[in-house]
Amino acid sequence: MAEVVTRDFVSATQAAVKDTQLRQALRRAGTGFDGTRREAIHEVTPEVWEEWREQARRIKEHTIGHLDYYLEMLERNVTAAGGRVHFAADAGQANAIVAQIARDNGVRTVTKSKSMVSEELGLNHVLEAQGIDVFETDLGEYIIQLANETPSHLVAPALHKTRRQVAQLFADQLGVPYSEDIEEMARIARVVLRQKFLDADMGISGANFLVAETGSLVIITNEGNGRLCTSAPRVHVGLAGMEKVIPSLQDLAVFLRLLPRSATGQRITSYMSMVTGPRRPDDEDGPEEFHLVIVDNGRSRLLADPALRESLYCIRCGACLNVCPVYQRVGGHAYGWVYPGPIGSIVTPGLVGLGQAKDLPNASTLCGACRDACPVQINIPRMLLHLRHVAAEGQGSYQGTGSDTESLFARGFAAVMSSPRLLNLGRKMGRWLLAPLANRGVLGQTRLPVVSRWTRARDLPIPPPRSFAEIWRDELSNSGSDSKRA
Amino acid sequence: MSQPRTIRASLFTTCIVDQLYPEVGVSVVRVLRRAGVEVDYPEGQTCCGQPLYNSGFTGEARKLAERTLNLLDDRAFVVVPSGSCGAMMRVFYLDLFADDPELQARARDLSQRVYEFTEFLVDVVGYEPATGDQPERGCRVAYHPSCHLLREMEVTGAPQRLLDAAPGIERVDLPDAEQCCGFGGTFAIKYPHISEEMLADKVAAATGSGADTLTACDMGCLMHIGGAVSRQKLPLRVRHIAQLLDGESG
Repeated sequence: MAEVVTRDFVSATQAAVKDTQLRQALRRAGTGFDGTRREAIHEVTPEVWEEWREQARRIKEHTIGHLDYYLEMLERNVTAAGGRVHFAADAGQANAIVAQIARDNGVRTVTKSKSMVSEELGLNHVLEAQGIDVFETDLGEYIIQLANETPSHLVAPALHKTRRQVAQLFADQLGVPYSEDIEEMARIARVVLRQKFLDADMGISGANFLVAETGSLVIITNEGNGRLCTSAPRVHVGLAGMEKVIPSLQDLAVFLRLLPRSATGQRITSYMSMVTGPRRPDDEDGPEEFHLVIVDNGRSRLLADPALRESLYCIRCGACLNVCPVYQRVGGHAYGWVYPGPIGSIVTPGLVGLGQAKDLPNASTLCGACRDACPVQINIPRMLLHLRHVAAEGQGSYQGTGSDTESLFARGFAAVMSSPRLLNLGRKMGRWLLAPLANRGVLGQTRLPVVSRWTRARDLPIPPPRSFAEIWRDELSNSGSDSKRA
Repeated sequence: MSQPRTIRASLFTTCIVDQLYPEVGVSVVRVLRRAGVEVDYPEGQTCCGQPLYNSGFTGEARKLAERTLNLLDDRAFVVVPSGSCGAMMRVFYLDLFADDPELQARARDLSQRVYEFTEFLVDVVGYEPATGDQPERGCRVAYHPSCHLLREMEVTGAPQRLLDAAPGIERVDLPDAEQCCGFGGTFAIKYPHISEEMLADKVAAATGSGADTLTACDMGCLMHIGGAVSRQKLPLRVRHIAQLLDGESG
């Protein structure tokens, strides 16, 4: 499985907010994607958009609620179409299955179209250790593969890289003349990758959707690389998290409307490929073998938890990242694992354990922009609150990660707030302690513990001599309807 | 012709107004009274429990929430000068008491009676600030829609409407208005480096808007934004909307 470095969230974000190039790249991509998304919604009208969201939500609720049934239907229909379905309980099993398929077929070269699950599994390293050459063919994925990095966005994996950085990378890694011209860089990648498509023995793809009633794997791309990966090599292996199944082709329709609009603001994607089994005798091309690897890797835990289950409705459009004020300032890598942003802050603790990812649910203002942007109405803030609760009070299966200091603070706060008398005493003590440090009625920079984390950039008001309750009692309670004195 | 029925409202000031910004509470009372509302103040109120709930301390939060329910059970209308405390009482109490039918029923009852201050003025009272009402004069105001007011309480137009109707107040557009200011309660001290980046953008948007005054319906957000404005000595006044409608905020 891909390494989890979420423990370093604080130091990683401290570095990220100072990275002006990253900030620029994030701003351009974030506002660009979100702007076109909003235009696309405006075009279909917000009313129609809401209907689509509700329909998609109902389909996901139904399917995830009957996941065993639809996975069995999917398996039956993939098998009937001549394919093979493999269920993998965890990353180790999934990698072993793909490695075995490669060995059985004497595979030397693999081309891949974009798959976040393969990133989650750390599959490339496993295949490379077996002496296989693996080539990412999505342009963004290809860039980060050359740079030996991981994706920083669900849809735009190389979003954190500037044009200049990519030009330098191509010059260093491919030995081509340095060029910052985007057309030229795309042309270079196309020339390199075209040969790999021809050389490949095995193609690996992700899946945007799996259609149970037909046994089809559906992928959506803008570059056509998915189509080449799934049709040119002898063997095609599809990788998908088990939540990707939907019942029917009819259900697919609404997702094909929602996904491109939510991801990039496109009305329709450039390429939509549906793969149903391997090549049939009368097909002119296509793979001889088709394998579908369905990955659990912690998803059953999310499925079993009513509070977190809806995280499995995610269609990985990235809209929540583009609107998230936190993601927009720290970028994807700071989240420390494969899935960044608001949805990553649920999925990562869910899949790798809250103990390794306890910062993620807290690193949110609960502003709710993600929930409003989500095409399947996933209530991300509510799940963040749930994870905070589990961390603080240690219930359920992820428990016990809250700090003792914080819990002491919480008990103290509750005690003070349970007594108006204590609260007033607290204010008076606060005033007595802080007033001597005040300047122009406010507290400036200070070394006081905790308080300093506020005052490093913001002044703090000094508690006033009287509370509102006291003013009410003294002056307001009996006054007429238009009192002018306070 | 029948006399219009007097509307009675119980004020829940929120702990931050009670303890740090009592002048905002005073303005709230004055504006409500000017709008013909009979205001009472349930004694003994403290905190609705939101800071604890947002930090995951559900058990402790329930104590404060139950205390608040006890205070507000029989009140016809509860008015809260805050979108985030209002959201706690309208939306999150239902989650907080999900496993207790009796308390949840009381929470559901409260959720139908609790209003944010501007929402109450517009939707319940039908108040329009008039010339005689002496709101703040000659100021250019940028309005920041606080996140919980906007997305949890879904109050999308009332504050703007009151500002637009108030004689002497000119409202100017705040760029990227619906972006969070970066307060987020404990978020601001747990991850100050991220919070401050969001804050800087909000402050820049406000100062670049041409406004001389920034307003919102939440003192949490305004303490955060105002704290930076004060630190940087910027020529921008930061006021709760009640203070502007009251017109005595100086």
